[in-house]
Amino acid sequence: MTDFRIDSYKFLPRSMWEEFKAFPEQPGEMVVARPSVPLSQAKVALLTSGGIYLKDQQPPFDIERERREPLWGDPTYRVIPRGVEASQIGVAHLHLNSDDILADFNVALPLDVFAELEREGKIGSLAYNNYSFMGYQGPSSAAWRDRYGRELATRLRAEAVNLLVLAPT
Amino acid sequence: MPVLARAVEQSGIATVLVTMMPELGERFLLPRIVGVEFPFGHPFGMAHDRKMQRAAAETALTLYARQDLPTRTDVPIQWPVEWKTAYRSWQPKEPAPIIRYLKDQVLLKHKQGQG
Repeated sequence: MTDFRIDSYKFLPRSMWEEFKAFPEQPGEMVVARPSVPLSQAKVALLTSGGIYLKDQQPPFDIERERREPLWGDPTYRVIPRGVEASQIGVAHLHLNSDDILADFNVALPLDVFAELEREGKIGSLAYNNYSFMGYQGPSSAAWRDRYGRELATRLRAEAVNLLVLAPT
Repeated sequence: MPVLARAVEQSGIATVLVTMMPELGERFLLPRIVGVEFPFGHPFGMAHDRKMQRAAAETALTLYARQDLPTRTDVPIQWPVEWKTAYRSWQPKEPAPIIRYLKDQVLLKHKQGQG
C-alpha cells in the first residue's frame, strides 16, 4: 500500500492547479510527538474543517461576514461531542456542497466509525470532545497559528488525548 | 489546517492528517499523512458507506505508532462515481465569495485595460 500514490489534484479546479502545485515547502523542521501509550489504550479525538456546528446550541460560522469580506474566513471552532445525531448537525461553509455531510457527518467527522473502533478494542477510546473548524481562512491562517492552535492543544491535553485525526475538507 | 496539526504535535500529542491533497501536507512537513482520492468534503468517503469510511479511518490508525517519520500512506480506493459528476457535485451551489471577488477583479482589470 505504501507505494501507491493518489493524484492530489484530481478534484481541484484546474484554475487552482498552478497556485497549489507551486506551493513551496515550508521552512523549518518537522515537529513530532511520539505516542506514549499503545493504540489499544489511546484516546483519539477528531477534527474536521467542514464547518459543522450544533444547530440548536451553537452559532454557525460567520459566513455572512465572509460574504461581505471575501478575503476573510471565520477562524473560530465548535466543540462537537461524541454521540451527536445527524438531526443536530448544521453546516456553514461556502466552499463546499454540504449535502453529504448533512446526510452522514461521518464523511467528514467519523464519530460513529471511531465509536465502533472503540467498541472493537482497536483504540482505547474516542474522546468526548471533538472539533470543527471552517476551512477557508483567506490569505492568512495567522489566527489558527497564533491563537486557536494553542487553544486546541490545551483542550486536547486537558482531556488526555493521545492522537488527533485531522481531516481537511 | 497544517498549522493546527503543528501546534498539537508541539504540545506532545500525535496527529494524523487524512487529506485529499497529501502533497500539500508533505510540503508542510507533517509527520503522518493519509491520502484519499475522494472529492472535497469527503475525506472519509461516501455517505452511508461504512466500509469505505472505515478503510480511511483504519489507515490513519496504522500510522499512529510508526517510528519512520515522516510517513505517508494513500488509500487505494477509487471514487465509485464518474469523475465529471463527482467533480461537479462537491462544489457549492453558488460560487464562494472569493471566487466572485476574483472574477470581479479580473473584469475590473479588463475594463481598465480597455479604458
